[in-house]
Amino acid sequence: MQNFTPISALIGGSLIGLSTVLLLWLNGRIAGISGIFHGLFPPRKNDFIWRLLFLLGLITGSLIYYFLPQIHFTPRTHYPIFLLILSGFLVGLGTKLSGGCTSGHGICGIARMSSRSFTATIIFIIFGLISVYFVRHILGVL
Amino acid sequence: MYNVVAFICGLIFGSGLTISNMINANKIQNFLDVTGNWDPSLLFVMFSALIVTWVGYKFILKKQHPQLTEKFFLPTKKSIDKKLVLGSALFGIGWGLAGYCPGPAFSALGLGILDAVYFMIGMIASLFVFPIVSFLKIGSSGNKI
Repeated sequence: MQNFTPISALIGGSLIGLSTVLLLWLNGRIAGISGIFHGLFPPRKNDFIWRLLFLLGLITGSLIYYFLPQIHFTPRTHYPIFLLILSGFLVGLGTKLSGGCTSGHGICGIARMSSRSFTATIIFIIFGLISVYFVRHILGVL
Repeated sequence: MYNVVAFICGLIFGSGLTISNMINANKIQNFLDVTGNWDPSLLFVMFSALIVTWVGYKFILKKQHPQLTEKFFLPTKKSIDKKLVLGSALFGIGWGLAGYCPGPAFSALGLGILDAVYFMIGMIASLFVFPIVSFLKIGSSGNKI
C-alpha cells in the first residue's frame, strides 16, 4: 500500500461531491459522466450545449495540475494501444447499456439509494477486479 | 447561467479527479489489483464524494424544483434488468483493461495524455455499434431477472 494517498483522495472526492450537488441544486441534473456524454448523440435542442460545456469543464479541470505543485503525476508509457481502444469500446457500450458509470451509478445513484445503481456498482467492481487480474497477472501488462 | 453552471461543475469535477490523482490510470488499476500492490485511494475518493452527494441530495430533493430550471431530471427506471447487468459487466471489464472510466479519461485528455485519446477513440467507436447491439435485442429492457 505504498502508493496510498488518503488526504488528496478525500479532498478530490469532496470536490467531486460538490460538483454533483451544485449540478442538481442549480440545474436539476445528475452528474453522471457517461450519461452526459451519451446524451450528446443525437444532439437535442436545449439539451446539448450544457452537456458540451460540462465535458469541456471536465477536460480543462485537470489543468489545476499546473497550479498545484503538490500533485505528482507521471503518465505511464507503452501501454498497449489495442487494450486502450478495446477498453474505451467496452466502457462506452457497457455504460450505454447500463445507464451509468462510476459517477452516475457509483456516486449519484447510490446517494439516491437506487437499487439499480447498487447492483451496477457491485457488478462493475467485481468485473473490474477480474479484468485487472487478467491484464496484470495473466497477460503480464503493467 | 445554466450553461455557465454546467461548465463550472465540470471544472470542479475535473479538478477533483486530478487532485485525487484518479486521472492516473495506474492508480485505478492498483485499486482493482487486490492480489498485487493494492491502493485503496479510489475507495476514499468514492466515499467522500458519496457522503457529500448523499447529504446534499437529501436537502435538494426536498425542494420543488432546481434553482435555474423547472424540474429535476432523475432516472425513472426501477427494475434490475438484463441490460443493467450485462452493461455493468462490460463496463467493469473495460474499466480494468486500461484503468479508465469516462470521467478520468476526459480529464486526462486535458493534460494531453495519449492513452486517454486512444481510449476515447474506442468509446466513440462504441457509439456506432450500439444501434446494432440494440437491434439484436441483447438484453432488451423488458427482461427482468
